[in-house]
Amino acid sequence: MISVSRRFPILGFWRMSTVANAQAGPVEQTMHKKLTSCFEPVHLELHNESYMHNVPKGSETHFKVVVVSSQFEGKPLIQRHRAVNDALSEELKSGVHALSIIAKTPEQWEISTKEVEPSPKCRGGFGK
Amino acid sequence: MSLAVLGRALRHATITNKSIPSLSSLRFYGTEDSRIATMVQNNKVVVFMKGVPAEPRCGFSNAVVQILRMHGVEYDAHDVLSDEKLRQGIKDFSNWPTIPQVFINGEFVGGCDILLQMHQSGDLIEELRKAGISSALLEAASKEKSDSGKSDPK
Repeated sequence: MISVSRRFPILGFWRMSTVANAQAGPVEQTMHKKLTSCFEPVHLELHNESYMHNVPKGSETHFKVVVVSSQFEGKPLIQRHRAVNDALSEELKSGVHALSIIAKTPEQWEISTKEVEPSPKCRGGFGK
Repeated sequence: MSLAVLGRALRHATITNKSIPSLSSLRFYGTEDSRIATMVQNNKVVVFMKGVPAEPRCGFSNAVVQILRMHGVEYDAHDVLSDEKLRQGIKDFSNWPTIPQVFINGEFVGGCDILLQMHQSGDLIEELRKAGISSALLEAASKEKSDSGKSDPK
């Protein structure tokens, strides 16, 4: 990490943004830990989008994650998404109902707008 | 073989099946998988979604419908909310935990995020072309070109 930061000083800022959100619920915190250890991301964002859906307040059912990792280099999108799904397979089996994934290499992230749009509006299909 | 003998054999088969529950449940899983295998081959583009294209019941499913509409793609859509077996079965089939799921030429392509990125990068046009589908967006672009005299019409 240090050598990378030396080459790209801006990474210091990225590292800050991988710190877990203090207000995050237990599921989000676990997801954060798992994604950090699996992908050693230079940038990681977790957005709990459950509030946009017809679930009780404080739910942890709908998430969007942004994972920027050099591990994604040379891997097609579907493999990157499968890797993230696998890392969070327990959560996806036990209550996390929607997971939107943005998986980029550091290079791709650097040239992108670095802005993440919120997921589309819920249309009432949650649950049965 | 006379009809009577055939009838007896069939009856016997039915009874045997019923008397072994574990065998029936095995058969059930096999059937669901092969049913889905048939579904994904039934059209060049097949979508498993929440709701129907005219009325998607999930924002992610709606996004997939809108993207395919832009490309003028005709596709089979299956509503997992109206079929509980399919809802779990499709996740097991493609080893993918979420809905919607898009198949092109019988191959699993991805969910909403992947389709959206393929749409933005132009990969979707290429993937459709490989399946023998000419995207409406591509046709619109080449028509524009030919109208302005830069390229000859198709």
